[in-house]
Amino acid sequence: MAVCIAVIAKENYPLYIRSVPSQNELKFHYTVHTSLDVVEEKVSAVGKSIGDQRELYLGLLYPTEDYKVYGYVTNSKVKFVIVVDSSNTSLRDNEIRSMFRKLHNSFTDVMCNPFYNPGDPIQSKAFNGIVSGMMVQTG
Amino acid sequence: MAFLSELKQDTQNALKYYRAAYSLVHELRAHETNMLEIKTMAGFINYKICRLCFQHNTPLDAIAQFRKHIDLCKKKIGSAELAFEHSAWMSKQFQSFGELFDEAIKLGLTAIQTQNPGFYYQQAACYSQDRKQMAQQLCQAGTTYPSPDPLDTQSGGLDFYGQRPWRQGHQSIDPTDPEKEKMGILALQIKERDVPHSELIIALLSNAVAQFKKYKCPRMKSHLMVQMGEEYYHAKDYTKALKLLDYVMCDYRTERWWPLLTAILTTALRCAYLMASVKDYIIYCMELLGRASTLKEEQKSRIEKNLFKVLMNKVPEAEAECDPSSVSAARSLWSDRMALSGSNELTVEMQDYIPFIQCKARFQSPSFHVDQPIQLQVFLRADCPHPVSFTKLSVSLSNQEYNQWCVVEPSGPETRTLSPWKPESYSFSFVARTEDVGRKVEITGVEVMLGSDGGRCVFLSWRGAGGDAASTQEALQASRSSRRWGRGAEARQEPDWDGVTLQHSTMIISRVPKISVQLSHQPPALSNEMYRIGLTVQSQEDAVARDVRLTAGLKPGQEAGLGQNTHVTLDGSAVCDDSAPALLTEVPLGDLKPGEQLQTCVFVRCVSTGPRVFLFHVAYSIDTAVEGRRIVCRCHKDETVAVETVVPFDVSVKFVSTKFEPLEQVAVDVPFLLMTDVLSSSPWPLLLSSSQLQLLTVTSNTPQLQSQLQQVVLQTGEGASECFCLRVPPGASSNSTMATGQYILSWRRKCYGSDGPLIQTTVPLPHVVLESVPLYIYADLPSFGRVRESLPVRYHIENRTAQLQEVEIAVDPSDAFMFSGLKQVRLRVLPGTEQALLYNFYPLMAGYQTLPQLSLSLPHCPTASGTALRRFLPQRIFVKPQGRQADDASIAAA
Repeated sequence: MAVCIAVIAKENYPLYIRSVPSQNELKFHYTVHTSLDVVEEKVSAVGKSIGDQRELYLGLLYPTEDYKVYGYVTNSKVKFVIVVDSSNTSLRDNEIRSMFRKLHNSFTDVMCNPFYNPGDPIQSKAFNGIVSGMMVQTG
Repeated sequence: MAFLSELKQDTQNALKYYRAAYSLVHELRAHETNMLEIKTMAGFINYKICRLCFQHNTPLDAIAQFRKHIDLCKKKIGSAELAFEHSAWMSKQFQSFGELFDEAIKLGLTAIQTQNPGFYYQQAACYSQDRKQMAQQLCQAGTTYPSPDPLDTQSGGLDFYGQRPWRQGHQSIDPTDPEKEKMGILALQIKERDVPHSELIIALLSNAVAQFKKYKCPRMKSHLMVQMGEEYYHAKDYTKALKLLDYVMCDYRTERWWPLLTAILTTALRCAYLMASVKDYIIYCMELLGRASTLKEEQKSRIEKNLFKVLMNKVPEAEAECDPSSVSAARSLWSDRMALSGSNELTVEMQDYIPFIQCKARFQSPSFHVDQPIQLQVFLRADCPHPVSFTKLSVSLSNQEYNQWCVVEPSGPETRTLSPWKPESYSFSFVARTEDVGRKVEITGVEVMLGSDGGRCVFLSWRGAGGDAASTQEALQASRSSRRWGRGAEARQEPDWDGVTLQHSTMIISRVPKISVQLSHQPPALSNEMYRIGLTVQSQEDAVARDVRLTAGLKPGQEAGLGQNTHVTLDGSAVCDDSAPALLTEVPLGDLKPGEQLQTCVFVRCVSTGPRVFLFHVAYSIDTAVEGRRIVCRCHKDETVAVETVVPFDVSVKFVSTKFEPLEQVAVDVPFLLMTDVLSSSPWPLLLSSSQLQLLTVTSNTPQLQSQLQQVVLQTGEGASECFCLRVPPGASSNSTMATGQYILSWRRKCYGSDGPLIQTTVPLPHVVLESVPLYIYADLPSFGRVRESLPVRYHIENRTAQLQEVEIAVDPSDAFMFSGLKQVRLRVLPGTEQALLYNFYPLMAGYQTLPQLSLSLPHCPTASGTALRRFLPQRIFVKPQGRQADDASIAAA
């Protein structure tokens, strides 16, 4: 399903990033990093117009030849980015949405952990499991 | 046909025909051999279509068409041996589409962030990279160019674009001559090898960078710049590569994408190695060893070994993944560099990097007394896998003179070693100079020297109190976690690295005084008095306090007007005047031996009421020794006291007639009384020494005005009254108001004794309204009568006008008196003269009795009524009962 899933902190540094191990990891890092441009643009544009009634799901950020990048921003400006293979055309918008929702829920659980210091890289096993679940579905 | 319509400017039709042609091309039977031909044709037609779409201002159609085209053609690679051709073709497609797009934008089309020519340029570059890789793989074989050049066409041109030159004229699909085919492929491969791939890629990338810059994609831009840098590296243009990489490194560092930063650093390190650029090499090594790098331990340890080799002035090991040929070139470069003597010192500014040695410096406290040694701690921690040793650690401070105390230079051959991940702390202490009291001392920099003078030495210098590009964020994180975990972390033995906070400056403050200053006074202050504040300075010093100076007075920074209303003096014998200052400064009090005490008095005169704060500042100098150095310290002690100022007494003044009736107007040349009441509101007993009347126009009715308040002591709430008989001299104009003068009281606090100065308080007397009376009548009568004894009363009638006045006088009978005399009379009074009427009253009853009333009337002067005149006459008299002779005596005694 997803080939790369990343959680980016408010200050735009990665809290969590994981990609399909077989491929060039660095490339995914770059892809996620460059997608932040679009995320920021979208967030600032939306913030001006509607205020707090904000849609968290940002939709398709940008398509490259090989991948589709989807973005999601929580209310605390933490960003989730999911990279999907372009060839996977069966994937619908709704499914991406539910993936993000699942990711957000899991992230909230991580934040609720009293031993987690906000801003540190995420090392939670449960979160890892959820992410793996989303990536494994590729089948 | 389409081309024809295009020529005819019929663009809509042209588009239709082109579309038809495009689908026709794809219906052609594709085979390995004619693949290139088909693709070339499709490319041409696609180009045309897209261009027309842009012309028709339907960019979405153009993009969709292009996508379709790419999706269709992506899989048609053609012959495996010439795969690079396909990549080149793809790249060409993207590039031309990017150019079309760009052109359209120039013609007024607006692109958006996610859809701009930059992407196509980037993709084109991407395919060019593919092409290069494939070319590298495939083009190894050919060594000699085939002698009969198969690419040469005798006819001087091809019949169709995209046809293989050696296959011209053949229509069948099977290759006719396998030998010729092979030769042709080989020739193409060799040709491909000569293509300057890197330059192509860089050109495309820089195009893309320019586009992304336009569409506000800083991160996209950085990514492309990294790619450009890498391409330059492949093209062996290391300086340009380093420049680009250096530029983007900052972005990634501030964004804290460590894996990407590490990747870039690794490339940069290779560049620096191949260039044999010592400084860059060292910097990249240090950053790769630092905590931000995500390299594995063994890689780190290899880099660290290399770093130390460089520091020892030796040639480092080659970086992995480097071209063997360039490695050997680099090796010789390095050895040249090493052989070069001089310029082997190097300073690296740390705050722009994330180096492998972290530094935190702090003063032990935010302020130090001048007689304490200033303590400074520097913490160092190495993040690299092997211990690091440094040769020198020095701290520079804002005052250069202290720098000499803040250097650690290990004596002897052993060097200070930093174990991995273990913070080391170095303490310094020095004595502040007395001139720096009240100033701040700041850490301006910390320098650690690595290497030795013999080899190569690198100064790692941190600006301020240490910290690098990542430490502020880390400190924030640490503070977050420590807030959560409370102070439990501090109990640990090991100094917690994250818990160490920077303290980059300290105040030098003066020494704590060992004297006591006591104030004795009796608040509140009374306005205008010389308020005495006693000051006792007791020395608890071990040595003689020399040059004791007192600054006393109103504390600065209070209400603005207080300065003019407050006067301070040391001389309490006389009332000071307004020239005395509000703050006495630097009054010398001499020396003070240990244990002795010193007393002095300060007098304060507060003109206005209200609260004031007074400051007493005692300063002295004393010799002390700090760590064997003798210094002279100035110490001072401040005491403040708040004093309320109140009014000592209230004075009320009123005018009354001789009958003690309050007067609204005062008749000219008629005696009246002035009553003064002094009511003490001071909490302390007051001594009224004397009082005095200063009269202006009015004169005293009595020959000499004598104060009736002399040496009177008033307790709180007590009052003292005085009464003066006054008269307005004749001739004053009537119906005007007139100042009467002022009333002066001299007083002091009773407790101050006779040495305290007398304070003069002046109370202005109220103005009076004058009136003139035409006729003045007054009575001469004894102070009391006695029952059945004759009481002679003489009435005087004075004419004060210039005319003759006729007066009718009648005496009303009274029950209490019998009287003899004129009962009713009409008489004339000449101007300026007076007439007297004599009556003999004979009281019949004892006690206060109403006298028989004289009713007066002036027929010629209606303004003055009889009642107005009657107020001058006594109404009643006290009549004593008829008694014996003894009673008389007792009454007289009373």
